[in-house]
Amino acid sequence: MSVLVYTENWDGKFKKLSFELVSYASEIAKMYGTNLVTLSIGDVSDDEIKTLGKYGASKVVNVNDAKFNTLSSQAYAKVISQVADKEAANVLVFANTYTARAVAPRVAVRMEAGLVPGVVALPTSTEPMLVNKKAYSGKAFAEVEVTNTNKILTLNQNSFKLIEAKSDVTIETFTAEVSDADFKAKSIEIQKASDKLDVVDAEILVSGGRGLKSAERIAVIDEMAAAIGPNCTTACTKPVSDLDWRPHYEHVGQTGKVVAPNLYFALGISGAIQHLAGINSSKIIVAVNTDKDAPIFEAADYGIIGDAFEVIPKLIEAIKEL
Amino acid sequence: MKILVCISHVPDTTAKISFTDGGKTYDKNNIQFIISPYEELALTRALELKEAGEGTITVINVGEAETEPTLRKALAMGADDAIRINANPTDAMFVAKQIAEVAKQENYDIIFTGKESIDYNGGQVGEMLAEMLDIPSITSVSHIDLNGNVADLQREMDGGYEKVSCDFPFVASGQKGIAPEARIPAMRGIMMARKKPLKVVDVVEASVATEVKNHTLPEPKGACVMVEPDNAKELIRLLHEEAKAL
Repeated sequence: MSVLVYTENWDGKFKKLSFELVSYASEIAKMYGTNLVTLSIGDVSDDEIKTLGKYGASKVVNVNDAKFNTLSSQAYAKVISQVADKEAANVLVFANTYTARAVAPRVAVRMEAGLVPGVVALPTSTEPMLVNKKAYSGKAFAEVEVTNTNKILTLNQNSFKLIEAKSDVTIETFTAEVSDADFKAKSIEIQKASDKLDVVDAEILVSGGRGLKSAERIAVIDEMAAAIGPNCTTACTKPVSDLDWRPHYEHVGQTGKVVAPNLYFALGISGAIQHLAGINSSKIIVAVNTDKDAPIFEAADYGIIGDAFEVIPKLIEAIKEL
Repeated sequence: MKILVCISHVPDTTAKISFTDGGKTYDKNNIQFIISPYEELALTRALELKEAGEGTITVINVGEAETEPTLRKALAMGADDAIRINANPTDAMFVAKQIAEVAKQENYDIIFTGKESIDYNGGQVGEMLAEMLDIPSITSVSHIDLNGNVADLQREMDGGYEKVSCDFPFVASGQKGIAPEARIPAMRGIMMARKKPLKVVDVVEASVATEVKNHTLPEPKGACVMVEPDNAKELIRLLHEEAKAL
């Protein structure tokens, strides 16, 4: 047997999530006393692939064909199952991204595998495999047993630490068998939401709610994010995005994006349950709100009761002095 | 145009989460159940598509008799008929297999799901169903229009959107944006829903690949450390030195 990890790329590059994922998969291979095989699909340079070696990837199967540069879930599922078959892999690991959500369930059907999406830690047992996942939008954890021989886990972002385990990388190219019928959903155009750091990738988020009054005045969050640095970006609540004060891609919450940053500044946010569902995996939450009874203070680690417009400039000043 | 919308029956967003049987079972006492929000949005868009052209909308759920009020609500929103597959929805593979059996006989043009149910947050059923039926699928769809024999869709991806064109049939999982707001049933819809067909179907044999053994609640947060508003500098110091988050 082996453990197979699929490392997705973004325009030919990996990101921190890829390294968290390889660290996680290496640990799983150790738990099962077997070797780890890494799979890359699409156009990624050999140099970029070798960066995975720092976290324990040694054998990398590379399926580098232009037809896989955009996602077709049917074709990707075939490629991944073919590689799993060739490598006799019965534990597969993905990052819990849009791509994995499109592909992993299909692979599960092809391989008759038990799939646990959104795991947040290593399995607590291997025989049987028991693993924890978030459930009820972060309000609980479910311990799931995978009863089938073949198993698939998808790992949530920012839930597993990086573990350096330097190894030499050998790259093996693989030609997958797919047909035109696997590409019936045709990619017409890809639009980047913005050049800014995506909210799910940021280590620190500065987020604004309706308490920040207007599209003009809420721009103070841009100033504060810029003061913190390049690992930080801005976010907002649903009402703020619905009012068009901030772009839709910044909306964090149950119906928007679910984030797990190291630090989340909730500024002028009361803390509706739908918003908390999107941020409850944040490691530290800081709240600034005029209402001392706002539910956000129950979720927060640090809080200031006060007018955000008076507090934010002082925060920015103190950040700049760090 | 024949559209199938897969509905999951989930605790209301604001419901209290607690468990019985030593953590194994969700405590349903005094809990209001709803159509999972993304599926409600997908159903709303399906209704708009039907109203702009013609066709039928069937809603389907795998669940025991307790889920019928949720299916009736979907009928009240405007779906034409409902199917309940009579089983406890143990895992996604099991649920997908049940729906696939119905879908194989009916040749739907579009099958909608939501991007995930808000109880187990799995988001697996739609893609599994598509693989079982060997048809394309588009995940996290924030926009869909019909254009003759093809559909123009927009799906969310990391850092942006992709526009996708697809022939029928396909599976689409809806998310925020697919419809502006979920439709609220009108009184006339509620009255009519009582008379619309709700068919109960027996399960087919299907294996289960995962089993939830236990639930735990997150560790309660410690009390929030309050800092005076004119002492913002102290907050930044705490974040830097104590929390090491900045």
